[in-house]
Amino acid sequence: MAIFLDKNSKVIVQGITGREGLFHTNKMLAYGTNIVGGVTPGKGGTTIESGQPVFNTVKDAVDATGATHSIILVPPFAGADALYEAYEAGIKLAVCITEGIPVHEMLKVVATTFGMRIIGPNCPGLISPGKSLMGIMPSQVFKEGNVGMISRSGTLTYEIVDGLSRAGFGQSTCIGIGGDTIIGTTFVDCLREFANDPETHAVVVAGEIGGASEEEAAAFVAEHLPNKPVVAFIGGRSAPKGARLGHAGAIISGNFGTPESKVKAFLEAGVPVADKPSDIPGLLAERLKPAAV
Amino acid sequence: MKLMEYQGKDLFRRVGIPTPSGVFATTADDVKTFIAEHPGSWVLKSQVMMGGRGKAGGIKFADTPDEGETLAKELIGKHLVSIQNPDGETVKSLLVEEKVAIESEAYVSITIDRDAKKPVIIVSAKGGMDVEEVAEHDPDAIVKYWVDPAIGFSPFMARELFFAAKLPAGYGKTFPKILAGLYTMFMEYGANLVEINPLVLTKDGKVIASDAKVDLDDNGLFKHPDVQAWNKATPSDEDQEAALAIGLGMFNYKKFADEAGAPPKSVGTIANGAGLGMGTMDAVKNAGGGAANFLDIGGGAQAELVKKSYNLVTSDPRVKSMFINIFGGITRGDQVALGIVEALKGGDVRQVPLVIRLTGTNADEGRKILADAGFFPVETMDEGAAKAVALANGSN
Repeated sequence: MAIFLDKNSKVIVQGITGREGLFHTNKMLAYGTNIVGGVTPGKGGTTIESGQPVFNTVKDAVDATGATHSIILVPPFAGADALYEAYEAGIKLAVCITEGIPVHEMLKVVATTFGMRIIGPNCPGLISPGKSLMGIMPSQVFKEGNVGMISRSGTLTYEIVDGLSRAGFGQSTCIGIGGDTIIGTTFVDCLREFANDPETHAVVVAGEIGGASEEEAAAFVAEHLPNKPVVAFIGGRSAPKGARLGHAGAIISGNFGTPESKVKAFLEAGVPVADKPSDIPGLLAERLKPAAV
Repeated sequence: MKLMEYQGKDLFRRVGIPTPSGVFATTADDVKTFIAEHPGSWVLKSQVMMGGRGKAGGIKFADTPDEGETLAKELIGKHLVSIQNPDGETVKSLLVEEKVAIESEAYVSITIDRDAKKPVIIVSAKGGMDVEEVAEHDPDAIVKYWVDPAIGFSPFMARELFFAAKLPAGYGKTFPKILAGLYTMFMEYGANLVEINPLVLTKDGKVIASDAKVDLDDNGLFKHPDVQAWNKATPSDEDQEAALAIGLGMFNYKKFADEAGAPPKSVGTIANGAGLGMGTMDAVKNAGGGAANFLDIGGGAQAELVKKSYNLVTSDPRVKSMFINIFGGITRGDQVALGIVEALKGGDVRQVPLVIRLTGTNADEGRKILADAGFFPVETMDEGAAKAVALANGSN
């Protein structure tokens, strides 16, 4: 078992014939993702090289394939529209890779698409190693196992996962929740799923400066994950106040979103905070035995 | 994109929020001519992004054309420095506005609460001062309303806020209209922040936005090409300009000021991805050094961008060594390697000792390119940071 995504999940790709869309569709197929089709308006009735059918609308794709999952690889101006279309067609989980969707469009999307889980936007996606990939991550660094991973970043996730895999800690599911101001799925949403997943024995939470989602995650862990070890990391601890660093969310304003408050919250919840990514496997090892890889 | 006061007020007027009458001026002659044609008492307000403008001497009062000319000459070109902005900012333009007789000052803003995933309206009867100070010393004086974006703004919200904040009765009638306009502007123009401080109640009972602080979401600017064009006319942050000039996102490069008591900011850093970029500067700090900057080359960087990024970072004279940290995903290691080799080929480049960490997609090809050119990448981020700090300190 994993969370959100397993090898039977039926996945469609919105924007399947685009340059990025097709490139990543092929990568996901090679990984074993159960991609049952895709959507590009005007190209309905055709197929991509590997045989998956292309539809004009998400509704057509869902009707024909029974897809429940959709990965969105469309330009930013079409991102919110793609999410609404997925919701109206009955998609249960949408991964939105698209970077640059206006934040006010996302405010309306998350306030209206009840019941559809949105991962992202502006995220690397999610992967249940050995089972399925809905994302743009370099799959070779991931290994199947029992550690859940949640991160606000892309490349930092790869860095941490690479270290975990080398140390013998495979992963159940890894989720890049995205670096934007408004995102569909938070740390807490993922922790709630990991808490109930018997195959996830421990969780790594990779946060960064800005916002209060790490503090909320810490409070949730204290209350709901008493028996699952959690290890945290906070990126950007050396950043000066007021400097926005790439991610829209990664900014300390006033006394809000400081690394001190995040570290304190985790420690009070009994969650050790790694000073650097390379310390994470060691902290896990004190709490879990690495499985033979 | 942060707006100047005069630009913010332009947007206010588009949504029906009253502002003082006045004119935007870039020369002392403009000011003199305007006051000559419109006799009365005028305020000359320096158009700068920084806070604490008044205390820094950026606001003057003029009653005659000559006085206006003299004060305008004094202000334009002046370098203002405030507590909030010790680096200061040079005044390039003025907003000349009617002096209003103030009965009362309130505070109104709308911003995004990222954790609630909703816009939040903030109101206080204590306008005209720093709202963060009010929040600290008199938190009860600040009231908030979280708007459900699916409902949008409705006048009852303004009434609730009006009574809860105990605004003077004179605001009552126009307050819902002002908030409705402000919410429309917030959503339509995609603002991260719209702030009126103060929202003035005049002696003759009018409600006027006396100042405007507006920050727009860059991702939504394409919907308003006229507003987007202001960006070119307005001198923005130096780092943001430098980033845009080489084709990076405007928040992908940030130079860090020196800090007293901390190690010198002498290690330049380049990474792919904001998270890894932050991790890289943290690693430099952990190794006992100081990162001079944060630079995220983004995903899929080509050799040319790597070269330009290298040159941007080394243009900072404090940089004594460089740490390039690449975890290839979309970004290909061979492209990064080609960029590095290319960057260092020309004689016009300031070369500093370089530490490269390259892993992930096409890392082997990249390492070969680097080895052929005489560079030897390190294996891990920690090792790279330690080496870069040692090189910046002048040892191997």
